[in-house]
Amino acid sequence: MPPIADSILIILLLTNFFILGTASLRAAIRVIALQGILLALLPLFVETHLTFRLVAIVAMTAGIKGLAIPSFLFKAIRDVHIHHEIEPYLGYIPSLFLCAVGTAGALLFADQLPLAIDHRSSLFVPAALATLLAGFLVLTTRRKAISQVAGYLMLENGIYVFGLLLYQSMLVEVGVLLDLVVGIFVMGIVLNHIQREFSSLDTEKLSSLRE
Amino acid sequence: MSALLYATGALLFVMSGVAALLPGRPALRLTPLFMVLGAITGLASCALGMTGAARTLALPWLIPGGALTITVDALSAFFATPVFLLAGAGAVFAERYWPLDRRSARHVRAFFGVLTGALVTVLAAANTILFLAAWEVVTIAAFFLVATEHENQASRQSAWLYLAASHVAMLALFAVIGLLHASTESWAFEALPAGIAALPTGRAIFALALFGFGIKSGLMPFHVWLPGAHAAAPAHVSAVMSGVVVKMGIYGFIRVISLFDTVPVAFGTTLLVLGIISSVLGVALALAQHDLKRLLAYHTIENIGIIVSGLGVGLLARAHGASWIAALAFAGALLHVWNHGLFKALLFLSAGSVIHATHTREIDRTGGLARRMPHTALAFLIGAVAICGLPPLNGFVSELLIYLASIGGVNAAGADWSWLLVFGVAPALALTGALALACFVKAFGAIFLGLPRSERAAHANESPVAMRVAMVPLALACAAIGLAPTLLAPILERVTRDAAPGLTSAGLAHMLNGAQSVSIATVVAVAIAFAIVSILASRRSSAPTWDCGYATAAPRAQYTASSLAQSIASVFSWAMPPDVHSPRKLPLFPEKASFGSHVPDPVLDRALLPAIRHAMRLATLARWAQGGRVQFYLVSIGLTLVVLLVWSAL
Repeated sequence: MPPIADSILIILLLTNFFILGTASLRAAIRVIALQGILLALLPLFVETHLTFRLVAIVAMTAGIKGLAIPSFLFKAIRDVHIHHEIEPYLGYIPSLFLCAVGTAGALLFADQLPLAIDHRSSLFVPAALATLLAGFLVLTTRRKAISQVAGYLMLENGIYVFGLLLYQSMLVEVGVLLDLVVGIFVMGIVLNHIQREFSSLDTEKLSSLRE
Repeated sequence: MSALLYATGALLFVMSGVAALLPGRPALRLTPLFMVLGAITGLASCALGMTGAARTLALPWLIPGGALTITVDALSAFFATPVFLLAGAGAVFAERYWPLDRRSARHVRAFFGVLTGALVTVLAAANTILFLAAWEVVTIAAFFLVATEHENQASRQSAWLYLAASHVAMLALFAVIGLLHASTESWAFEALPAGIAALPTGRAIFALALFGFGIKSGLMPFHVWLPGAHAAAPAHVSAVMSGVVVKMGIYGFIRVISLFDTVPVAFGTTLLVLGIISSVLGVALALAQHDLKRLLAYHTIENIGIIVSGLGVGLLARAHGASWIAALAFAGALLHVWNHGLFKALLFLSAGSVIHATHTREIDRTGGLARRMPHTALAFLIGAVAICGLPPLNGFVSELLIYLASIGGVNAAGADWSWLLVFGVAPALALTGALALACFVKAFGAIFLGLPRSERAAHANESPVAMRVAMVPLALACAAIGLAPTLLAPILERVTRDAAPGLTSAGLAHMLNGAQSVSIATVVAVAIAFAIVSILASRRSSAPTWDCGYATAAPRAQYTASSLAQSIASVFSWAMPPDVHSPRKLPLFPEKASFGSHVPDPVLDRALLPAIRHAMRLATLARWAQGGRVQFYLVSIGLTLVVLLVWSAL
């Protein structure tokens, strides 16, 4: 693995902390978009041959993760006028602390795993595990539907990193497919929340989700 | 040839169902035609299958482990014969019973075609996956047919109960098939390795088969779904459900038993005991019913009990080496499968004819219909005589074989087990027969004799020709099997050998010959008695019956069906206590008061439903976990995952 891939993964780990530590939803989404673009670029440093298909996949992933989903979320924020996560179930400092513990745990745990030789020295597995954990933390400690979506996206990013591990570009495509699934999932959650709250799908009513 | 014909018959049934869904009337008119053609083709294939060699038809199928393989052997053909006959008769009956302008006419025809097509597929499936899949289609189609009158809450409840019970049974059958696969490494029905019956796998197969096929066949105490479902479905569907759908359970028992080289004594004894309980309590409960179709439904449980106790006798005798007793018992049970299918279908169709004319299933709202509907009355009478096991009709022949087998236990060597046959089966059968007779005296008397008890009954008209024609082949078959059972001897011998390999069935023809003589003697005796009575009657002047001093015989002064049965039903009140609503204390000047009694099902209403209510109450304790917070759910999922990971790592 080239060192540049590892640097990207380290940035990914740091952005996890940022998302968990910020109260601003806008900032969180921006960072998630950044995560998405970074992860989309990752296959370029993993694959040895630059093919048209690879470039197409990278472009598509970046487009969906870096642009489409974030812009969708920004629009949702504008529509409902929610800008801050207020009163999470778990405070910012404790969640940052848990994330640190989780990341350290992931690094230690990955050392114990019987991995293939190629993957042993790289950061892929611990980064994937740590991102999964961070996403799970966001999901479980935040109140707002939009924070939940952010949590799901982080979870998915973790899965995507795992997907890259699995040899050959076929599986990168699977990663993209998962993205699409998440895209649909995101909408599903939003719709689900609206429906549960108001028993209608009228997005107008999202505004009363404000507290 | 026989397999191809068989498949064509099944396909025609399904096509008839599909034709019912096509837009426009012409296609709808094709449905009975397809059904009748399918029935004729199928019957021809069964005749070939029962006399010739087993034939297989295999088509490719994409399901893993599955194969579209049907094998028409003697056993399959034997069980499929009544299906084809009843399906054809039922379709003709339905043309007028559920006419095209009636609500859900398409629904009834479509699911009837699918149901019968799937039924014959179950019977011939040589692949276990196909067997399960076809049976599942049977269940779903029957569910929709039971729910035909879904605007009626009772129908909906019966349908759901049927679906739930069937799927519980299905679960057990999946396990049975899984265990069979584990033992034979094949998805076909193949003989199991010798000696497996004594191993835990073999025992598990027997226990699960008893549970699964027990529910499917409506054996007590697994019968909870049966009375409601039979009562709610349209009459021709009830005829098929009672006549052949519950027989799938019997077929399942026999098919699974035939895969073992030995069957443990405990299994035979269990079947025997459950069979006796079903037959006696089934008929006792039937006696207490005042809904005509519910009454017939409980008689189904009774007859399943007779069949299963025949199987039990056969297994027990075979396990102890009394081969000829076993052959007689198996032949009796198998023949009763046919007979019950025939006379029960005849009874359900004639009940349908009564319901068609009077718009009620309540026996106490009918009366005096023999005058207005003579053909229906005759059909019902033939069915009633047959179901009571009286000569000269078919019920007598099969019950006689089971009687002879159980009495044969006296002569069996090493007879430490034969007391069960002699003192268990024969008296139980006798009791069942007597109670059935009482029950049909009540039913026939209340419905067809006396005076009409309601306006509708007073103005009832005989049913259209198509409905009456549909009953003719059934009645003829009942009479033919009763009067000439020896014709069936070769078929019965062959099927018995298939069902229980290694039996000598040499005595069978002899016994059937005896039954035939009794039947013919009965016909002669009845004819002579009839002649004498009519000669005497022509000499005597007629006078009205003594009316006990009541000037006019009012319809309300008649015995009701419940009052006629009350004295016998009260003997069984230990097993089925009635719910009685009567005025406690009458004041000096009595006001309007009412009396009602109704006998709830001892298993469903007294045990299962209260148990379910308690379970639901306990289950509400788990509601605390459903707080409505996504975060809480996620944490629980996460914790479960961690616990599982740790657990599997340890």
